[in-house]
Amino acid sequence: MRDNPPVRWLVIGGVVACAIGITLGLTINWFPVEASKQSDKIDALYNVLIIASVPFFVLVASVVIFSVVAFRMRPGEENLDGPPIHGNTKLEIGWTAGPSMLILGLVVYSLIVLHDIGEKPPGTIQVGVTGRQFAFSYQYPSSLTHGKPLDSNELYIPDGKTVDFYMTSLDVIHAFWVPAFRVQQSLVPGITTHLIVDPDRLGTYDVICNQLCGVGHSLMRSEVHVVTPAQFQTWLTAQVKAEAVSGPTVSNTE
Amino acid sequence: MSTKYLRQPGFIRGGLGMVIAFGFSMWLVWIIRMGYGHPHFTHFLDPTSICVVSLIAVPLGFLVGFGGFDYWFYWAAGRPTRPEDHSGHGARRWQDYFRINTDHKVIGIQYTVSSFFFLLVGGLFALMMRAELAQPGAQFVDANTYNGLFSVHASILIFLFVIPVFAGLANFVLPLMIGAPDMAFPRLNALSFWLLPIAGTIMLLSFAAPGGSFASGWTAYAPLSTSAPIGQDFFSVAVQFAGASSIMTALNFLVTIITMRAPGMSFFRMPLLVWANFSTSLLVVIATPFIAASQFFVLLDRALHFHFFDASKGGDVLMYQHVFWFYSHPAVYIMMLPGFGIISEVLAVKSRKPIFGYRMMAFSLLAIVVLGFTVWAHHMFVSGMSNWIRIPMTITTCIIAVPTGIKIFSWLATLWKGVLHLDTPMLFALGFLAMFTCGGISGIMLAMVPFDIHVSATYFVVAHIHYVLFGGSVFTIFTGVYYWFPKMTGRMYDERLGKWHFWTTLIFFNLTFGPMHIIGLEGMPRRVATYANKFADWNMLISIASLGIGISTLVFIYNMASSWRRGPRAEANPWRALTLEWQVSSPPPIFNFDAIPTVVGGPYEYGVPGAVHGVFKGAEVPAPASTPVTHSSGT
Repeated sequence: MRDNPPVRWLVIGGVVACAIGITLGLTINWFPVEASKQSDKIDALYNVLIIASVPFFVLVASVVIFSVVAFRMRPGEENLDGPPIHGNTKLEIGWTAGPSMLILGLVVYSLIVLHDIGEKPPGTIQVGVTGRQFAFSYQYPSSLTHGKPLDSNELYIPDGKTVDFYMTSLDVIHAFWVPAFRVQQSLVPGITTHLIVDPDRLGTYDVICNQLCGVGHSLMRSEVHVVTPAQFQTWLTAQVKAEAVSGPTVSNTE
Repeated sequence: MSTKYLRQPGFIRGGLGMVIAFGFSMWLVWIIRMGYGHPHFTHFLDPTSICVVSLIAVPLGFLVGFGGFDYWFYWAAGRPTRPEDHSGHGARRWQDYFRINTDHKVIGIQYTVSSFFFLLVGGLFALMMRAELAQPGAQFVDANTYNGLFSVHASILIFLFVIPVFAGLANFVLPLMIGAPDMAFPRLNALSFWLLPIAGTIMLLSFAAPGGSFASGWTAYAPLSTSAPIGQDFFSVAVQFAGASSIMTALNFLVTIITMRAPGMSFFRMPLLVWANFSTSLLVVIATPFIAASQFFVLLDRALHFHFFDASKGGDVLMYQHVFWFYSHPAVYIMMLPGFGIISEVLAVKSRKPIFGYRMMAFSLLAIVVLGFTVWAHHMFVSGMSNWIRIPMTITTCIIAVPTGIKIFSWLATLWKGVLHLDTPMLFALGFLAMFTCGGISGIMLAMVPFDIHVSATYFVVAHIHYVLFGGSVFTIFTGVYYWFPKMTGRMYDERLGKWHFWTTLIFFNLTFGPMHIIGLEGMPRRVATYANKFADWNMLISIASLGIGISTLVFIYNMASSWRRGPRAEANPWRALTLEWQVSSPPPIFNFDAIPTVVGGPYEYGVPGAVHGVFKGAEVPAPASTPVTHSSGT
């Protein structure tokens, strides 16, 4: 009979590794700056996923490492076979039911988050996004300008308001992605897609086209300026005036 | 000059077939364009049209000339078919690997070796991409070439490495494992192999096309693909050839497994590799027609302006993605389940224990087959499809993790209290367990819609798929190649080089793909030739580490090539395994078994005193439980 090394080392090692893994997972700053309500909720979801995931990886890795150390063939065991264990029904039910429950919990939580990040309270403003090879342009409807709608290649949105982007594309599929907001949505020719954002931090953030759209895809970039509602109105008024003088800043020829 | 070489099947007649097919393509284009009233002969001979028709006709011309259809033509024409002299069966010289060969062992080696050739090509493209990405800004290639590199990289490695190398390994060992003398349809088997070099050649030739190779990703999303230069047609057509090859092989496996098992080999006495290929083949025959359809749609849109995906003419852009992913999600299981089978074989043999929970292992494969068809739109969470579809797709995606988890836990339990032989195949199998778990966990994270909304199409996804397809599939491929190398070549590989290969692969794999999770979360998009400066340090590290993977692969190739030539002779059963392929000589006799074996027990009864899986007493074969077919003729 082979001597079995103490399983407690496996348990202790696993618990320590889990603690280290979860601590690292929660303390490292993985994400860009949080600039929207959506980013807070999505980062919290990520933290929960880290807490749920680390023990699984640690379990697999530590059992593999423990088995290599404890059960490896030693000299003289070349013709030895292991015990003929064919299965264990209780164990198998356990590792089917346990992970199922955990995953069910995560699904429910993530669907709640999904619902929360898509809420459109009264007072939501609408801004249009149009993609083309290889630039974005932005449409401010007359509900915002209180006059003629504005078409601009600059994106300004007011802090603290819910923004409902309505988006489309003039040629191939593009995607509108703001990493600081943690949200993206494809711009699809022929249909209008929507994206809800609640910006809650003043600043200028990258807008990235995140759907391969051709040779200029790497350079299809823009910026979003989150400004105070007062600055937003000032900017908008100035733009409308400028356009009245010099014509539209972006021409829609297609 | 004698016309003998032009009449007998082979490369010369194949070349003639290509010339004839090209002439036919010109004629067809001429006739049709003239019929539609194009005014001048320069319009009859439109180069683009001729190219597209040739892409389909010339490979078929080659196959006809090469002899892929000879038997069926004789049969269909009512002429006497050639007597079964077995001249096209087995390899006596190296030239026998370069013709239509009906021996499943030859075909298995043809598949495996040519797949590894394409691994080197696809890997080389990856290194060129990493050279470009080592620093922000443009270095080596322009943006169009870069887009072509990652598109061809993925297409080659998916359609010409991972999928066919599994078919190749199974081609060699599966008939042996079930005690069959060959596959059910040997000629179909030969034809399905020769479609693959054709598909690969077409993909690589696309670099010579005006406007460059196809550059809309292996996903070829419309309308980018429908408006791309002619290189895109090379992809659309190559996928048809690779897909046809997959379907033929899968049908062959299904019929072989169902009808050609040795007496006594009930379904629940089959090794799990056979179960895995049974499940995979079900996926292939059901799913593959969908990618064929998606690429035919693109081809028709491009060549004949069908406007399937032209929104301004009533086309539906998202339709493409649904059809494409209805194949391409099951395809990831097509690229993983055979690997699961390999791992089950190796872990049981190398732990000297029965596989833990055999029946649950088989059932979870079937569960993955069924569930695999219910999750496709999780690739489309931000595509603009109806929002409600996200919810069922999240749930099914998470459910599919449960049978996968069952397999992982059962493998761990198989290790428990075993006598672990830590040689190269075992090391790769253990490495697979850890790396694939990482890929599975990031998969669950991506299934959560809100998280996916942030990281969709970022380097986080690139990291995930490489943990699944490299840490998963490729690790199992190395496991299988080392494990069956003695059986396939009759030689032993170099264990020391094998261990070097394992450790360098494990380390550089993690250094390459691990950091991609981090830059993805931070906001680096995939499929870009240049990127923001803040990602520069990580990308430099990744590029250096990827070079390490390249070098470790060269160690593997050297080990395989030198051991095949000069390695020590392998015994019939160096691993003391119970499954049938190890009960015949290495390499196996030309018709596999002198006497059809009778299966009397399970395949993994290690540690059970006196356990036997199959017996070879030809005289005592009892009345068969299933119909044994000694050699099938025709297809």
